[in-house]
Amino acid sequence: MNSPIVSIQHVSKNYGKQQVLKDISLEIYEGEIFGLLGPSGAGKTTLVKQLAGLEEPAQGENYIFSEKMPRLDLIKRIGYMAQSDALYTDLTAKENLEFFAALYGLSGKEKRQRMIEVMELVSLTDHMHKMVSDYSGGMKRRLSLAISLLHNPGLLILDEPTVGIDPVLRKSIWESFKSLKENGTTILVTTHVMDEAGKCDRLGMIRDGQLIAAGTPEELMKQTGAANIEDAFLAYGGA
Amino acid sequence: MRITALVIRILRQIVRDKRTMALLILAPILVMSMLHLVFNGDEYTPKVGLVDLSEKIETQLYLENAKLEHYETEKLAKKDLSAKKLDAYLVFDQMPPSVVLEGSDPSVNGAVMRWIQGALKPLQPNGGNQEIKTDYLFGSGDMGQFDYFGPVLLGFFVFFFVFLIAGVSFLRERTTGTLERLLTSPLRKWEIVAGYIMGFGIFTMIQAAIIAWYAIYVLGMLMEGAFGYVLLITLLLSLTALTLGILLSSFANNELQMIQFIPLIVVPQIFFSGLFNLETISEWLSWVGPFTPLYYAAEALRNVMVRGFGWDMIYKDLLMLLAFSLLFMVLNIAALRRYRKI
Ligand SMILES: Nc1ncnc2c1ncn2[C@@H]1O[C@H](COP(=O)(O)OP(=O)(O)OP(=O)(O)O)[C@@H](O)[C@H]1O
Ligand SMILES: [Mg+2]
Repeated sequence: MNSPIVSIQHVSKNYGKQQVLKDISLEIYEGEIFGLLGPSGAGKTTLVKQLAGLEEPAQGENYIFSEKMPRLDLIKRIGYMAQSDALYTDLTAKENLEFFAALYGLSGKEKRQRMIEVMELVSLTDHMHKMVSDYSGGMKRRLSLAISLLHNPGLLILDEPTVGIDPVLRKSIWESFKSLKENGTTILVTTHVMDEAGKCDRLGMIRDGQLIAAGTPEELMKQTGAANIEDAFLAYGGA
Repeated sequence: MRITALVIRILRQIVRDKRTMALLILAPILVMSMLHLVFNGDEYTPKVGLVDLSEKIETQLYLENAKLEHYETEKLAKKDLSAKKLDAYLVFDQMPPSVVLEGSDPSVNGAVMRWIQGALKPLQPNGGNQEIKTDYLFGSGDMGQFDYFGPVLLGFFVFFFVFLIAGVSFLRERTTGTLERLLTSPLRKWEIVAGYIMGFGIFTMIQAAIIAWYAIYVLGMLMEGAFGYVLLITLLLSLTALTLGILLSSFANNELQMIQFIPLIVVPQIFFSGLFNLETISEWLSWVGPFTPLYYAAEALRNVMVRGFGWDMIYKDLLMLLAFSLLFMVLNIAALRRYRKI
């Protein structure tokens, strides 16, 4: 197999006395959609933030594109969407896009073109000039996603990207993930939603800061003899 | 460029928030106008003693709008002046008469002198160019109170509003998660600080220029030096306010906590900036002054506006302001390390 895009090696993290991540090792390969599945408070966001360059592990290392994080030139190649929308609500969607596009060095025709492309992808083209404060929750979520796609990143890190988005739109967003993947983008998503988990190429199950299982959905179901992902997850957690 | 993007975004946000923008410019204008009215107002009716005034001259004088008292000798008038029954008295032993003022309250002095000039006008047919001999019983000085503390107020308002607005907007950046979002972009930490300084710097230049222009040309605040220096001083002061505001915002969790810094950090600076006589401050407190940015800004502003001094007399204060800003900037960049190490 080709070298991994993301390589998490024996990563631990604690906030004060609380151990949030315990010796996690994980590899994600080029062009896959990797799902990080786990209950609330499991440590998904904590792990994903480290990969986006925000925090550093207490022990262990994170490698992205075979380089040790955090590094500024790696950050450029990552698209990150945080769990809570980080948008300037007193600006319009277009102004938000313009701002973030400029941060990633886009300009001129390329910038305008990318702005239109990503807004089409999340079906927000008609709301380009609306103030973000007038957006609905799901619309904000989609705008955040659009922003993370602006600079055509090789690795997309999405923290619960589809929360608050209706099933129809969720389906279309997952289809666009598939087409991004076909273009060589590696995608890491965290989720609670089991039917989304089924759409991932591979899954990592995380609970109380520990990686309890990793593999394709089929593998995980087979190993536990469960009929669906949900039962598989419960089987690993209960064991 | 990345910093330009940040500057454009900040300016867009300021311009969009019409109410805050209006507050930044109109509130200082309003407060200064009110203080101007209070301290330079014409409502005050002076109490004036007239010593040795012959009837012949009295008919020539314009004696409206004052409480008058006639005295035979200067000695009696002086006694009443000491007892604060009078604000001033005029001695008509020569022409033009001489004036003795009580002198402890500049606003009263101003009112008295204005009244005397009006009253004596009929005696000075050729435009009143003759110098009137003036003495003070207590204190001295021929300027209004507003002229004296106006420069401090100008500095204070710039500091106050820039501190608050920059602090709150950086706080919001932190609490809404956009700061974290910025740090997952290729933006460097110093670029964030620089972007903020430039964005708000442009705006404060405009704000300071309007307020200073209004105070000087509309309210008639004393202005002996160059307007350019006033702008330079206020710009550097707003730089310290900006960097300090951003720094302290990382110790606040919400807007209300940001406001709590005002009585703690901002208001006390007035006391050490010469709004009140520094000699009246207790020894054990007076050492605080040199640690506050407003102390230097007020001194420089007063040197330019009241004393008409130039570069030679203000560059040390300006350097101090710059040093404060640099210190706060470095601390800001260090504080951002909490979020991203590189
Ligand atoms: N900055 C922090 N300081 C202290 N504790 C923290 C901090 N960030 C996260 N934690 C703790 O770490 C644990 C894991 O949090 P994390 O946000 O990673 O969970 P999560 O798996 O993303 O949950 P969710 O699905 O609800 O988003 C929680 O118990 C949380 O309280
Ligand atoms: Mg989370």
